[in-house]
Amino acid sequence: MRLRQLDAQPSGLDRPRASAAAAVLRSLTAFVSKTLAIADMEVRKLRHDPTELATRAIQPALWLLIFGQVMSRAHAIDTAGTPYLDFLTPGILAQSVLFIAIFNGISIIWERDLGIVHKFLASPTPRAALVMGKALGGGVRALVQAVVVMALGLAMGVTVRYDAAAIGGLIVFVVLGAAVFSSFSLIIACLVKTRERFMGVGQLLTMPLFFASNAIYPTAMMPHALQVISRLNPLTYQVDALRIILLPQFSARQQFGLPMDFMVLSGALVVLVAISARLYPHIAQ
Amino acid sequence: MSPATVVETRDLTRRFGDIRAVDAFTLSIAPGEVVGLVGRNGAGKTTVIKMLTTLLAPTSGSATVGGFDIVRQAASVRRVIGYVPQALSADGELTGFENLLVFGKLYDIPLAERKRRIREALSGMELEDAGNRLVKTYSGGMIRRLEIAQSTMHRPQVLFLDEPTVGLDPVARLALWDQVDRLRSTFSTAILLTTHYLEEAERICDRVAIMSHGRIVVVGSPANLIAGLGIEATFEDVFERYTSEDPEGTGAYDETSTTRRAAQRLG
Repeated sequence: MRLRQLDAQPSGLDRPRASAAAAVLRSLTAFVSKTLAIADMEVRKLRHDPTELATRAIQPALWLLIFGQVMSRAHAIDTAGTPYLDFLTPGILAQSVLFIAIFNGISIIWERDLGIVHKFLASPTPRAALVMGKALGGGVRALVQAVVVMALGLAMGVTVRYDAAAIGGLIVFVVLGAAVFSSFSLIIACLVKTRERFMGVGQLLTMPLFFASNAIYPTAMMPHALQVISRLNPLTYQVDALRIILLPQFSARQQFGLPMDFMVLSGALVVLVAISARLYPHIAQ
Repeated sequence: MSPATVVETRDLTRRFGDIRAVDAFTLSIAPGEVVGLVGRNGAGKTTVIKMLTTLLAPTSGSATVGGFDIVRQAASVRRVIGYVPQALSADGELTGFENLLVFGKLYDIPLAERKRRIREALSGMELEDAGNRLVKTYSGGMIRRLEIAQSTMHRPQVLFLDEPTVGLDPVARLALWDQVDRLRSTFSTAILLTTHYLEEAERICDRVAIMSHGRIVVVGSPANLIAGLGIEATFEDVFERYTSEDPEGTGAYDETSTTRRAAQRLG
């Protein structure tokens, strides 16, 4: 994408290196400002119609209230002394982020059927910024979910950290995780192109991603093959990070650590955005 | 590109499998000129527009828009064009103002000027009172005018309008053409449009290219085309004369469904 941006610049032969650097800087600024323009648009849409968010809050509530309560009594899951509900809350937070983000891509199928995608693609906007903006918009959507899940957890007496650093870390990892799954969702949308198929594929993916992660049980409990899969699953790293941030008493038993979690998630984001930026123009053809 | 042309295509061709959707399409457009593409469903009109707006790569041939090559300099082409797709392209979940705001940002209109341009665009399209309403409450004519405002805020050299009046009532159509005509005379924007309404093409286009099977069968001013057939001829006779051998449009289901959906949403 950035290479395509370069063709806007006159090809100065006299000072190629300086002009190349300036061009890279210009396309980087364009990328950031246009990503923000798209994300801002997504947030404005959300503000005009927040009803969707209310209905999305029901599922995580059920997981915490029913599954969480029952499993706490069963004492079936070894959480090394951490109360199970405390252990579960970051997992359900990550899960609700996954579930909201994985269906984010359906909006571009809708916009394609209308003609909105065509107009965006014919504008001087880097494809990666179109995708990244959507992914960030998904991140903001997910933040609202985070507020709901954390409020529920609090109401149920879960003890988590609530200081500024914890909240800052929570925002970073919720947005990052949502952006990863949103861009993954955009890739699916670009490939399947119809709403019906998209819903099918989305449903098919959510449960395996959820169960092949450490969201509701530690990976140590899994059979070896599933453990390997869980290590390839970005959700595992998001849950790991959220547990470290929210559960101080759990930090000693962290699986990967925050730097590793951050690198894996941002690395996944870069790769997924690059792929969907390549696929995006095809949706208009 | 000679300075007198703003769009120049040479043997522009696009194949889908065995079908030549656009076949050796050669045309140039001067600044401020309004050119209409008319033809039956499946004649290749929309495919031409998609190639010139960089949405679809040509199979062969070449074209420049604003002096930039549509393949090698696609990013530069996108800066100098405005595009209103056939289907609905304003976002119903946003207000009219917000729809313009996002495109103001995407087209790099400086912050200092953005608000003023948006106000101008709204008043130019007689939407100033509706700017803060959600677009899903707009009438069809208002949506089309908003879409044109969106795609002209950055003063493009060329404006592409794909079936702009589908689904509009006659009054809204006339109003739309008045606005487009003002844009052209104020900024000498060249306009390439597709339409099914022959009387419309005859009234507003400087030149009309009649397409059939992806090829231009004839191009000229409506008056000249009519004169070529004799005194009593109408523009409809011209159209029939050049497109009568068309088979019933094949594979038109997609196009028909898009057109109907757009018409429904706009109506």
